[in-house]
Amino acid sequence: MNYLVGAFKPPCNIFISFTDGRSRKQVPLKKENGKTVMVALFQSQENIVGEVVIEPIHGKKVEHNGVKIELLGQIELYFDRGNFYDFTSLVRELDVPGELYERKTYPFEFSTVEMPYESYNGVNVRLRYILKVTISRNYVSNIVEYQDFVVRNYTPPPSINNSIKMEVGIEDCLHIEFEYSKSKYHLKDVVIGKIYFLLVRIKLKNMELEIRRRESTGSGPNTYVETETLAKFELMDGTPVRGESIPIRLFLSPYELTPTYRNINNKFSVKYYLNLVLVDEEDRRYFKQQEITMYRNLEAS
Amino acid sequence: MLNGTEDEEKWLAEGIAGIQHNAFYMHRALDSNNLREALKYSAQMLSELRTSKLSPRKYYELYMRAFDELKRLELFFKDDSKHGVSVVDLYELVQHAGNILPRLYLLCTVGSIYIKSKEAPAKEVLKDLVEMCRGVQHPIRGLFLRSYLAQISRDKLPDIGSEYEGDADTVMDAVDFVLQNFTEMNKLWVRMQHQGPGRVREKREKERSELQDLVGKNLHVLSQIEGVDLEMYKETVLPRVLEQVVNCKDDLAQYYLMDCIIQVFPDEYHLQTLETLLGACPQLQPTVDVKTVLSRLMDRLSNYAASSTDVLPEFLQVEAFSKLSNAIGKVIEAQVDMPAVGAITLYVSLLTFTLRVHPDRLDHVDQVLGACVKKLSNIPKLEDSRAMKQVVALLSAPLEKYNDIVTALTLSNYPRVMDHLDIGTNKLMAMVIIQSIMKNNSCISTADKVEVLFELIKGLIKDTDGADVDELDEEDFKEEQNSVARLIHMLYNDEPEEMLKIICIVRKHTMVGGPKRLPFTVSSLVFSALRAANGCDIEHVAYEFFTQAFVLYEEEIADSKAQVTAIHLIIGTLQRMNVFGVENRDTLTHKATGYSARLLKKADQCRAVYACSHLFWVDDQDGIKDGERVLLCLKRALRIANAAQQMANVARGSGGPVSLFVEILNKYIYFFEKGNKQITSSAIQGLIEFINTEMQSDSTNPDSVADAFLASTLRYIQFQKQKGGVVGEKFESIKL
Repeated sequence: MNYLVGAFKPPCNIFISFTDGRSRKQVPLKKENGKTVMVALFQSQENIVGEVVIEPIHGKKVEHNGVKIELLGQIELYFDRGNFYDFTSLVRELDVPGELYERKTYPFEFSTVEMPYESYNGVNVRLRYILKVTISRNYVSNIVEYQDFVVRNYTPPPSINNSIKMEVGIEDCLHIEFEYSKSKYHLKDVVIGKIYFLLVRIKLKNMELEIRRRESTGSGPNTYVETETLAKFELMDGTPVRGESIPIRLFLSPYELTPTYRNINNKFSVKYYLNLVLVDEEDRRYFKQQEITMYRNLEAS
Repeated sequence: MLNGTEDEEKWLAEGIAGIQHNAFYMHRALDSNNLREALKYSAQMLSELRTSKLSPRKYYELYMRAFDELKRLELFFKDDSKHGVSVVDLYELVQHAGNILPRLYLLCTVGSIYIKSKEAPAKEVLKDLVEMCRGVQHPIRGLFLRSYLAQISRDKLPDIGSEYEGDADTVMDAVDFVLQNFTEMNKLWVRMQHQGPGRVREKREKERSELQDLVGKNLHVLSQIEGVDLEMYKETVLPRVLEQVVNCKDDLAQYYLMDCIIQVFPDEYHLQTLETLLGACPQLQPTVDVKTVLSRLMDRLSNYAASSTDVLPEFLQVEAFSKLSNAIGKVIEAQVDMPAVGAITLYVSLLTFTLRVHPDRLDHVDQVLGACVKKLSNIPKLEDSRAMKQVVALLSAPLEKYNDIVTALTLSNYPRVMDHLDIGTNKLMAMVIIQSIMKNNSCISTADKVEVLFELIKGLIKDTDGADVDELDEEDFKEEQNSVARLIHMLYNDEPEEMLKIICIVRKHTMVGGPKRLPFTVSSLVFSALRAANGCDIEHVAYEFFTQAFVLYEEEIADSKAQVTAIHLIIGTLQRMNVFGVENRDTLTHKATGYSARLLKKADQCRAVYACSHLFWVDDQDGIKDGERVLLCLKRALRIANAAQQMANVARGSGGPVSLFVEILNKYIYFFEKGNKQITSSAIQGLIEFINTEMQSDSTNPDSVADAFLASTLRYIQFQKQKGGVVGEKFESIKL
């Protein structure tokens, strides 16, 4: 076995690191195998600078047809597994064809990289950024090493941020008016609002506010929509009477939210909704869903 | 039902177990300074309070368990060296909890520390807490949550002088907070009636009353706020509390809260806001027991008035009486279905109030009585015994207060109220009146008042229509009539003319009393008349009275016992008369002795006759002193005694009453001592010897009473002998 393992083991180790790796912010990233690792965080227009270290296994030489490093931005649709769609692809040649006998370090730099989309790990889609080092070889497979990193982009607070105010109800049965103070929230924001009961003829048991994420992938007939409930937040316990007003204060920080993504590269969208759910004593649910826009705010993160 | 209780026990046990289980992990987290875990387990622990299965009483048990644990948690939260999170962040952190009830309990707990830290003004935090608590709309859970809020905030209100005092209007913030919590709690409490757990109305009301103090506690807190002065109470606190009370339209809550207001706030506040407070009463639900509320208010104010005379001007200034009187009128008018006892209770309270506060205002008293008459006249027949009791209380109150029936007699409505009593109660009340007169020794000195008085006690004076004579208790009747007789003596005026009027009135009333009453009353009347006649030196009137008395004696008094009593009265009276000339006196004494000798029993004859001896010997400066006729009477008495003795011998073969002789002996000694020359020591000596012989005779039954009587009589003689001086000398000649 050892022999066999040894036989398929790559003849060298490849390390990819960022120059400012120690000071750069690290964020968790969930890998395919389910493990979470900490990776460097970047935003669009940043310089991605670092070095690649290739270290042949002791006593071995590595023949190659050249060494390159690529910066890839990929969208991976799970129903179309195996097909990555690269929306960004930058290459730097690190070495001309030759042989490697000993450890060698190659610095690299991608300047002001345009990374318009954020890293995203959804139900049916993944958007990821990777650095890919390839040692090309003849007759045998190339030696490849990946380094993930995460991109997050910040947007300034919206200049217009209207409240959401709405009167809904079932005729002669339930009539409520609700208000959320804003329609756009940053990820650590707080949803403030209130529900005003204009008419209550059903025996309500409780009321919840849900945060729902709607991820749609593909297009046309091949559109897949996946809705997740990220938060169930009880707003009210018991049966209110006409005239009661119930406060809403929902802190968004405990939940793993992303900004709203609209039609990312024509491949997918992620939208957020506040879903107000009223439950009566027979466990019937009455709800009203309102879209909210999420954005990433620099100050708050 | 049994099953329900068992189930409830089970659920409670499960709840407690749940709390203990999570509290265990919470403690572990606290000990290891693990905030995350502490929050997690405390929230889980508090989730046990989300149950809907328990009655308020059981829920309270569960709540108290959680409450104790929250105290530990609070200590942990307070010490940020343990968890390293600022109180501001902590305040946010606890709000991440998904379930509202645990979230709000935790929020209140942290809020308490937040206020203490003074990182935010107390009023901001309190306002936030009281607003957020709106999320719990379930009555029981909401009430307990808010009661927790009230509990943790009590010592942190931005009151004047408190360390949490803010800028201007700081007290207002404290008041606003408590009022809001109160309002919300009351709404929840009232809502229980309509959607609460209890299925049966009775059960539900019981459960609700178990929770009432949670609501009332807020009013107590308000009353404790230093900054709530009269001004603020008047302008803000009371109107807002009353607004809630009136608007909640729930009888249970209204009754409890009105009472609560009256009990927790100071009396002087009530006095100064009487109009507002009373104004709310007619707005309450018709089923609310307003009378008790008002009664308690008046009781409190009465006590306040009684506490110090300094406060009395306040009462006058705010016209407390007329306000209360108006309010009562309105309430009685509005609540048509109020039972008579309710209305009368109200009047009793009002009367008590005015008697304490305005003892000088008899018109108030009369006004209250008048209102009561008005109410009573709308009731065909007062049959409720409780109502009757209240009427008696109403009528007794002025008597007790003034200690003087004369005052009560000036109340025009007093007799009108009495008219509404049933016969028994009327008599009872009449007795109360008479007793009051006796106790206070009040003298009724005008004819008008006597007239009113007799109108009041007419229940005792004559048979009332419809009265069931058979039901009368002999003892009670005697007691009553004796009282009337005593009362007649209290009617007196030195002015002969007025006195005559009084006598005429009394006569008018007593003469209709019928044969059962007359023996008791007439003698008093006669005495009274004679005293008047005697005092006025009008011989012919006095003579006429006596003649009439004899006529009555002959015609009306048939019972032998009554005759004895009457003749003794006549003798006694005649003895005291000094108005008669010789001729009239002779006639009268002759008659008296004549009647005496004609009594039915020998013993009675004997006693009456020896009593007559006093008619000839008045121990006054210029009283008659006819020793000879005294002796004649005594001798006659002896003869009768002898005859009695013989009759007894014949009838039973044994001796008669020796004591009669001893009695006569005493009379001898009396006159002997008074210097009647006709009574000699030898006569006394003879009599003593005679008695001794009689006593030792075989035919005489041993009579210990007579023995003792004789012995003490002899001892008296012995004593007089040893006295020496004139008396001693006199008695010297009697040998024992």
